[in-house]
Amino acid sequence: MSTHEISVTVNGKAYQRTVDSRLHLADFLRQDLGLTGTHIGCEHGVCGACTVLVDDATARSCLMLAVQAGGRRVDTIESVALPDGTLHPIQAALSRHHGLQCGYCTPGVVMTLLELQRECGNDPVGEAEVRRALSGNLCRCTGYQGMVDAALAVLPKASSR
Amino acid sequence: MKPSAFTYHAPKTLDEALDLMATLDNARVLAGGQSLMPMMNYRVVQPGHLIDLGRIPELAFVVDTPEGLKVGAMTTQRSIERSALVRERCPLLIDALFHVGHQQTRNRGTIGGSICHLDPAAELPVTACALDAVMTVASKNGRRKIPFADFAAGYLTSSLGPNEILIAIDFGPYLGSRPERAGSAFEEYAVRPADFAIVSVAAVIAMNEDDVISDARVAAGGIAAVPIRLTGVEELLKRQRPGADLIERVAATAAALPAEGDDANPAEYRQELAGHLTQRALRKAIQRVRA
Repeated sequence: MSTHEISVTVNGKAYQRTVDSRLHLADFLRQDLGLTGTHIGCEHGVCGACTVLVDDATARSCLMLAVQAGGRRVDTIESVALPDGTLHPIQAALSRHHGLQCGYCTPGVVMTLLELQRECGNDPVGEAEVRRALSGNLCRCTGYQGMVDAALAVLPKASSR
Repeated sequence: MKPSAFTYHAPKTLDEALDLMATLDNARVLAGGQSLMPMMNYRVVQPGHLIDLGRIPELAFVVDTPEGLKVGAMTTQRSIERSALVRERCPLLIDALFHVGHQQTRNRGTIGGSICHLDPAAELPVTACALDAVMTVASKNGRRKIPFADFAAGYLTSSLGPNEILIAIDFGPYLGSRPERAGSAFEEYAVRPADFAIVSVAAVIAMNEDDVISDARVAAGGIAAVPIRLTGVEELLKRQRPGADLIERVAATAAALPAEGDDANPAEYRQELAGHLTQRALRKAIQRVRA
């Protein structure tokens, strides 16, 4: 066993912590930093519930060690809505389109859709791309249609002509 | 679902990593962690030491060489799939990566990690097999090159020595001196898109001016413990003019190859898939040569 000093920026705030080598990033966020918005589902990289952004790219935080996040920027679901509680357009659309029921998978879904939104810029996004992006997030409630509708409502559309 | 205790090392250079490999007992190399971390969370693997290659910049690169495309072992799958150079020089890799995992895993998963893990359902080893890729491996004692056929030793097993690290993969010239007359395709069947493939087939076809096949390489995953070349299929294709009857004959040969099955996907099912996917991959590859 080894322990390591890490400096990591989470949701814009710098943290310095000492972590055990075997602590994974999801447990670090939840237990050491109290950021329980990141959910843990399968803990072996299949369900996508623990998806966070590491240097702007989605990662499964159960497959990454906390020590590997040292020197990096991590963003979790806690950073997405405005401080006054106003939902991000993606979150608002998920709510409006019934893109969630129990909400367990939702933090991961939101992080995935944020990456899709950032990467597509102003380029139109179709249903196939949305479904492909969401393929890494399992949901046992919605059947995904509401999530797809929500994403398509927010992301740039192909001009209809 | 938490890994057992280990000592973590994050070398900054390859030499430092090789020193650690030579001195530590029960050490494992961590690449992108998308296969090793689940196995550690399950405690199927319990290393005493984990050597993380993620902080060694010299292992992540994509370069064009006179001998063809060369990719550093720690290059992420995501950066390969977005590389214009790879798209131009080795489009088969891009087609294969379309089927690999999810973006969340491709962001961290590396080409070297996947090729060393050698999951029989994985796409990148099948691609390396089809292209006769050559692995460069390093240890404190020096470097050696291993062709993929010798590198893939068995189920989840590479021929890396205990102190060796895969550092780069050469994908070779894109079939001879006339790359513009070559085409490739990657086809697979999985129950859901992005799931592990049951069977996958990679095909590369080169044709001369008379529309005669000058070279053919076909590899399949999911029918044996490691990806295999369908040499019988390749021989049937060479020096032939591609047509519907040829491709059907060739696909029948692919479907007759011995396969290893399991309860969920028995051998006969995998053979049938191999036939269909070979046909599909060849049609697409030939179409791309002519395009």
